[in-house]
Amino acid sequence: MDENSSARLKRRLLGVVHRIGLFLAMLTICLPGLWIVLSSLRPTVEIMAKPPVWIPQEISFDAYIAMFSGIGKGGIPVIEYFRNSLIISVTSTIIAVAIGMAGGYAFARYRFRGKSSVFLGLMLTRTVPGIALSLPLFFLYVRLGIIDTHFGLILAYVALNVPFTIWLIDGFFRQVPKDLAEAAQIDGCTRWQAFWQVEFPLAGPGIASAAIFAFLTCWNEFALASQLTRSVSAKTLPVGLLDYTAEFTIDWRGMCALAVVMIIPALTLTYIVQKHLVGGLTSGAVKG
Amino acid sequence: MHTAFRRLAHAMQKRNRILMKGFKPSAPFLLLLPAFIVLAAVVVVPLLLSLYSSFTPFRLTKPETFFVFVGFRNYLSILANTDFWWAFGRTVLLLTIALNLEMLLGLGLAMLVEKATRGQRILRTLMMFPMMFSPILVGFQFKFMFNDNIGLVNNALQSLGITQDAIPWLIEGHLAFIAISIAEIWSSTAIFAILILTGLLAMPKEPIEAARVDGCTPWQTFRYVTWPFVMPFAYIAMTIRSLDVARAYDIVKIMTDGGPAGRTELLWTLVARTAYSDGRMGMANAMAYFSILLSIAFTVYFFNKLAAARTQIGAEW
Repeated sequence: MDENSSARLKRRLLGVVHRIGLFLAMLTICLPGLWIVLSSLRPTVEIMAKPPVWIPQEISFDAYIAMFSGIGKGGIPVIEYFRNSLIISVTSTIIAVAIGMAGGYAFARYRFRGKSSVFLGLMLTRTVPGIALSLPLFFLYVRLGIIDTHFGLILAYVALNVPFTIWLIDGFFRQVPKDLAEAAQIDGCTRWQAFWQVEFPLAGPGIASAAIFAFLTCWNEFALASQLTRSVSAKTLPVGLLDYTAEFTIDWRGMCALAVVMIIPALTLTYIVQKHLVGGLTSGAVKG
Repeated sequence: MHTAFRRLAHAMQKRNRILMKGFKPSAPFLLLLPAFIVLAAVVVVPLLLSLYSSFTPFRLTKPETFFVFVGFRNYLSILANTDFWWAFGRTVLLLTIALNLEMLLGLGLAMLVEKATRGQRILRTLMMFPMMFSPILVGFQFKFMFNDNIGLVNNALQSLGITQDAIPWLIEGHLAFIAISIAEIWSSTAIFAILILTGLLAMPKEPIEAARVDGCTPWQTFRYVTWPFVMPFAYIAMTIRSLDVARAYDIVKIMTDGGPAGRTELLWTLVARTAYSDGRMGMANAMAYFSILLSIAFTVYFFNKLAAARTQIGAEW
């Protein structure tokens, strides 16, 4: 009896400890983001206040309004940056996924010599640090006259995304049983038809998440974009964020608002793909 | 005469067929061709160009220097450059600290979430939260929080009465390094946590129960049953991470830009500074090769680990 109750107590205590640990961990994860959102809604006076004001006294969307009302008032051309980011990310994602689908299919469905070294080789091109790659690209782009253009950045991002897209899509095709396509071929489909009518729809959600992942990589990329773009006509949002820090007095509220604008698409998209993303990474890589 | 001609024609046909067959590229090659072309154009060829220019005293302002060959002079002067070695050492230190802590914290977080009985879906979504932040945003957010005057960290410490001073988080060298490590760890623990959690959830429950019945302590159960099973997942996370180690550049660039006085200069910020601020492209390219080799070493190492872990538990898959 006594042993029972002490065991129960111990179990309950462990439960409490577990819950506290979980709470603290989640707090650490969420707090920085929440703080940014909160700061973007507070007047600058409150952000700067000493001693700090913990409970917001007034909430306003002024920072967002100022940001989207164009240049002026120390604002930066957010709309243009947003448009550039969107054009560059979407275009390069579409191209990268098309290329990645072909490559991923090759890895998932064919045996060929040096397969694993080809795979590793592809991955190694991805490891080249953006800043190291930016040096020759900068030089080449200046020569070719595609510096500070959408095209230049799209090209770079396609190359950046292809290896990882292949990894992910390879994983998703592996999850589709081979027999299905074979059955379709026996029933008179060509391999091409079997692919589009059987394998592609089944791997579809996975491919969509690979696409979203590629999109996010472009959307978030900084090292290359900061060197390969110069002006409003091609700068992306992450580079635009730096506009704020370049000035002597930092407009914290404006930066926070821009950060929120950047994170919302990413947040929504990641939420959609989270399930498939993990599946693609593990099945491709673990099950050989 | 006629037969000889026919024989010849036949032989030629045969040869043609063989030739045709030899030239016909295989399907996987064709499928991978677009990827090869793009990567060759955007990564391999530019890298060869930068390899060449690392042997020249190339400066952006003097294009003619591109054709002057100086052999290993850039590399020699890098090797004698203490700033470079400091940056190199700091980079390796940051990566070692960050990767190890990310792994440990990710494991802890995954186990916490796995044990949770309710709301696991929500917890998992929250856990992925930092992954969505671009490194540049992570940098900015921690720059804001660690600001000595208005930052959340100092404000909290002062309000709680722990200290009265404004701790110069981003202004003092060591503290800045710590702040950067925290930012780095915050942003990348998620990927470990998620993949390890996937492993934990995929794990069959029988071996754990068997271990418990056989009298293993919780630690032994973890060490000899759970960990070997989860390890490949941790290595996948490591591999993915190592593909992208250089993203610390973004964080450092925005938080301290290598300062104060070069105390948080990493290999990558040093490359950027040498290339774009000083305009010494040849030298920067030589440095960049060190950073490329570092990244490749990390990736190859973890790929091999991944392969080993995969074969080790291959039977169970």
